Amino acid sequence: MELKTLTYLVVGLSFVLYIVIAIASKAKSTGDFYVAGKGVHPIANGMATGADWMSAASFISMAGLIAFQGYGGSVYLMGWTGGYVLLALLLAPYLRKYGRYTVPEFIGDRYYSNTARAVAVICLIFISFTYVAGQMRGVGIVFSRFLEVPVHIGLVIGMAIVFVYAVLGGMKGITYTQVAQYCVLIFAYTIPAIFIAMQVTGNPVPQLGLGSKLVGENIYLLEKLDAVVTELGFREYTQGNKSTIDMFMITLALMVGTAGLPHVIVRFFTVPKVSDARKSAGYALFFIAILYTTAPAVGAMARLNLLDTIQPGAVGSVDGNMAYADRPQWFKTWEDTGLLVFDDHNGDSRIQYYNDTNMDFVAKAEAFGWQGNELTVDPDIMVLANPEIAALPNWVIALVAAGGIAAALSTAAGLLLVISSSISHDLLKGILMPGITEKDELRAGRMAAAVAILIAGYLGFNPPGFVAQVVAFAFGLAAASLFPAILMGIFSTRINKAGAIAGMLTGLIFTFSYIVVFKGVFFAPMRENIAANWLFGISPEGIGVIGMLLNFAVAYVVSYLGKAPPEHVQQLVQDIRVPWTVERSGS
Amino acid sequence: MPSEIVSPPENPKEIENERARQYWRANLRLVGMCLVVWFLASYGCGILFFDALNQYQLFGFKLGFWFAQQGSIYIFLLLILFYVLRINALDRRFGVHEHDGKDAGPDAGNES
Repeated sequence: MELKTLTYLVVGLSFVLYIVIAIASKAKSTGDFYVAGKGVHPIANGMATGADWMSAASFISMAGLIAFQGYGGSVYLMGWTGGYVLLALLLAPYLRKYGRYTVPEFIGDRYYSNTARAVAVICLIFISFTYVAGQMRGVGIVFSRFLEVPVHIGLVIGMAIVFVYAVLGGMKGITYTQVAQYCVLIFAYTIPAIFIAMQVTGNPVPQLGLGSKLVGENIYLLEKLDAVVTELGFREYTQGNKSTIDMFMITLALMVGTAGLPHVIVRFFTVPKVSDARKSAGYALFFIAILYTTAPAVGAMARLNLLDTIQPGAVGSVDGNMAYADRPQWFKTWEDTGLLVFDDHNGDSRIQYYNDTNMDFVAKAEAFGWQGNELTVDPDIMVLANPEIAALPNWVIALVAAGGIAAALSTAAGLLLVISSSISHDLLKGILMPGITEKDELRAGRMAAAVAILIAGYLGFNPPGFVAQVVAFAFGLAAASLFPAILMGIFSTRINKAGAIAGMLTGLIFTFSYIVVFKGVFFAPMRENIAANWLFGISPEGIGVIGMLLNFAVAYVVSYLGKAPPEHVQQLVQDIRVPWTVERSGS
Repeated sequence: MPSEIVSPPENPKEIENERARQYWRANLRLVGMCLVVWFLASYGCGILFFDALNQYQLFGFKLGFWFAQQGSIYIFLLLILFYVLRINALDRRFGVHEHDGKDAGPDAGNES
């Protein structure tokens, strides 16, 4: 069958599956809508968390980032998995014991303050919309490349699907569609990886292939890669492109940010028991690790495949570089999307791809008659183009398209749900209209979800120029604002209302300002984003850690200057620390 | 925080509270231990000792590189498994585990 027809078929079937599941699990109460009636099995919740967490960034972008950054890409691997240890040990079980519906609700109750709750809602909405915009971009890329429909039609289809299951099914609908989406995306990610590992190293397990020798050569994959990239003036693949302190800080900001993301935390509200919440974090990491340990293998093999294609002969020899006229079909299709660009600087009709920021190598390159790097590769295409580069069968390519869409839609749905519940439950029911009936609250939740989808769609149609830059925001702000507030809420009985609010605001404002200064979100950056200008050599991606430390420090100082929280709040803290108490058994 | 109770208090509520405090201290020790491993696996082996470990080879991997891109993730996974098993045991030892259905009531008192 032709690729396009096949892709329509596979993607269409996956959509039908999601909608059937959504209709079968319609939410009937606010409990269903917010936390799936707290009846989700820990394994199902683990899978749902995996799909919820693994977004277009994990599925489409991460292996590409690793491919181009080598060791430097490890920050994503460690940062986006290590957060689950923090969730399992420090947050999930206690928040499950608390037993209500939203993250701002916990902050509002623990710090006995609607102001704290409102600050948490603001953090949550900012973090979640930033994130959603990125998902919508992912959906757009996949639709335009594989289904060859204009991006806006693809977006409308994607929005319609999310609308059906998020608005109708609420958390309950989302949970079971996410389980299905996890299966689709993990299958779509691992199958091509197995094929490629087999081709490149002869070992079908990508995790092992990464450490194996190349087929037909007596050299390890990573050694070969180090040699090939250094020959073209790049840094060794297994060495970093970041300073040690920056590696450290970015990893920590991503880990803590992961643990502080509301759409991830709220997944642990949906299991029946406290012990299930811990178990579920373990299952979630297991399901995530399948993709995350495969990604570095995909990245390394894709980089090698790409370089072998562009530079088949010796570096510097006249016919060592691929002639543009001989470029393979996948090269042409990706050129059409604008994500792969060739610019023949020296007019020799051959493609030279090398590091033209490395001054030592540039001198050498000029001697070859090279006048600058001629190929710009968007890291986002590495995973999507991989099956084509490796000449895999069409059904694998169709599957990758369905997987990319599943990853983006499942995360978008999770984000839209926390946005809508923070509006209907925290702002409306909690702060503005406490007298609202459950039926009206449920209706408000559905309306908020619908509006949130429209805004997300708008962001997808008109991607704000800053989508790529603001990814740092979501994690930095989660690390600097919500995570410390929740952590101190559980592990200290002494932090009071004033301390928590002052801490959250300090973390939020500091992190926000630092990123804006260097990344210039709403206007041009005020200072050049280079290491010499950074505070302690920490890049904007890692600055959330300093924001977090400031949050802790301010919260402690302010709290100890004031009074301890009231008795009933201290009792609440004692209560959530223990999974089960005798007094409760009677009720 | 009172570190030790000399004579067991009579009030059942006090016994309950004291048990909860001991449970919490035991939990904090366990969490602290796990976080040390968490830190060493990722920030230690994957970042701070990266260059030193890279002198050793694990199949086709330099060891530090393996920790950064593979090993740390496996260790995280084992760590959560370890924590879940140990904390479930602690829950039972202190009689604070969750009961399904009818068999309510702590089945193990304070053993210490």
